[in-house]
Amino acid sequence: MATIQLDHVSRWYKNVVAVNDVTMTIGPGVTGLLGPNGAGKSTLISLMSGFLAPSTGSVTLDGEPLWRNEEVYRRIGLVPEREALFEYLTGRQFVLANAELHGLPDAGAAAQTAIALIEMTDAQDRTISTYSKGMRQRIKMASSLVHDPSVLLLDEPFNGMDPRQRIHLMELLRRMGGEGRTVLFSSHILEEVEQVARQIEVVVAGRHAASGDFGAIRRLMTDRPNRFVLRTGDDRVLAAALLGDPSVRGARLRAEGGIEVEATDFGRFSEVLPRLARDHQVRLFEVTPTDESLESVFSYLVST
Amino acid sequence: MSTAVMGTVARLGVRSVFGRRRGVLLFVLPLVLVGLAILVRAMVGQDVDLASGTLYGLGLAVLVPLVALIATTGVLAPEIDDGSIAYLLAKPVSRHAIVVAKLLVAVGCVLAFAAVPMLVAGLVLVTDEPGVGVAYAVGSLAGGAAYCALFALLSVMTRHAVVIGLIYLLVWEGLLGGLLDGVRWLSVTRWSAVIIEQVNDTIEISADLSPAYAVVATALAVVLGTWFTGWRLRGFNLTGDE
Repeated sequence: MATIQLDHVSRWYKNVVAVNDVTMTIGPGVTGLLGPNGAGKSTLISLMSGFLAPSTGSVTLDGEPLWRNEEVYRRIGLVPEREALFEYLTGRQFVLANAELHGLPDAGAAAQTAIALIEMTDAQDRTISTYSKGMRQRIKMASSLVHDPSVLLLDEPFNGMDPRQRIHLMELLRRMGGEGRTVLFSSHILEEVEQVARQIEVVVAGRHAASGDFGAIRRLMTDRPNRFVLRTGDDRVLAAALLGDPSVRGARLRAEGGIEVEATDFGRFSEVLPRLARDHQVRLFEVTPTDESLESVFSYLVST
Repeated sequence: MSTAVMGTVARLGVRSVFGRRRGVLLFVLPLVLVGLAILVRAMVGQDVDLASGTLYGLGLAVLVPLVALIATTGVLAPEIDDGSIAYLLAKPVSRHAIVVAKLLVAVGCVLAFAAVPMLVAGLVLVTDEPGVGVAYAVGSLAGGAAYCALFALLSVMTRHAVVIGLIYLLVWEGLLGGLLDGVRWLSVTRWSAVIIEQVNDTIEISADLSPAYAVVATALAVVLGTWFTGWRLRGFNLTGDE
């Protein structure tokens, strides 16, 4: 059982703050690190893998500092985001080299086990330069698993994977988490994270915006004021009816036609809207959310 | 660290040096030296002073530092540039051991592509005085090792190691070394020249430094360059694409 602890960690590059006063605990099981691009996810993973010193605060693995401590790599497996690999090696040679660098007693067997685990046995004798993006991700996975680590850190591991590979990797991560390993992976896609991770840590603009199980995060993201534009058969009638319901905070008739609605209770609004339309015999042509971009969801989380 | 782990680092290093186009230069440069030696011998015959001038001017001042630069940056810089060095560093392996293993590959290249060609060129130029070639080979190996350690440090300090290394060779060792006599105190090529004179006293390059200083300075460059490279690698920052 391994636990990574970040205690009031900040990291800045000259004048740019990449991570701002983050405190979080990553324990056994699968944790998803969720945030938009540029939020500081890679910086956090670099801090957690001992490849970056915090400007302030501390990052430890079971109480041991990670920075300038080579011994921690006996317990950590890292899958970096960058795709650069030893292009001139075959997949098998690459994983074997990683096993040898760990000083494993039977490096050959360990490499074969890791390669089989990520289903790359058939392609293991091809040079890495011929691999697709998804295959590169998988061979990186194999190299990080070769020493059977108790902590696995993966930076955007689903990037470039096709749906089948994605499902396979998700199963693998779930299994690793189920075995009691501490697995942390980053992603900017909520659906991706909630399919695998029990625990989700949300980072936005370098700050730790939210933390909890995926249900709580999902609620945080959906139970916020939502704006929609409705195209209907009779805007005025439906707008009046909607204003009578407590799930709606505001409704405005747009000059170009349609209603702009601000709903405070998304769940109730989604039930009430079709019922009111039917009761008032107004046809609904279109319901368009206007602020569903991930950035707007994240910025809402930061402000709460 | 076990020798097996160092062997793996070295094996990857060899693939890295020769897996790139730049590695071809390692074969071409010594051929130029030996070719020129054959030409000089055919045109002038055996002449110790001329042989020494050729071996110094083209070999010690050009071939040795260039081979050291190509080999050392080839073994270190590409992995740092593309971040794949993370796979070496995310291991319970001493950073200094990684540097030593990589430097052994670079010095091995200096031996094969600079010191041995210097010996061959020396033997071609003055067949009757094999000691000339031997002295230049020894000096090349010593100077080459010092260059490798310095270029290794440069590789972990900047992403423009090759360009800065070339500027250093041209400006410091070449231009300023020729103009300002005081540069000899901090010139790897001049230290090597003193070592060469010591190995074979028939050679006179007017290096004008004490042999003890040259040996200690060369050794210090190797040791300090290696140590600081490892120290710098311990604090390697892996930054993502964000």
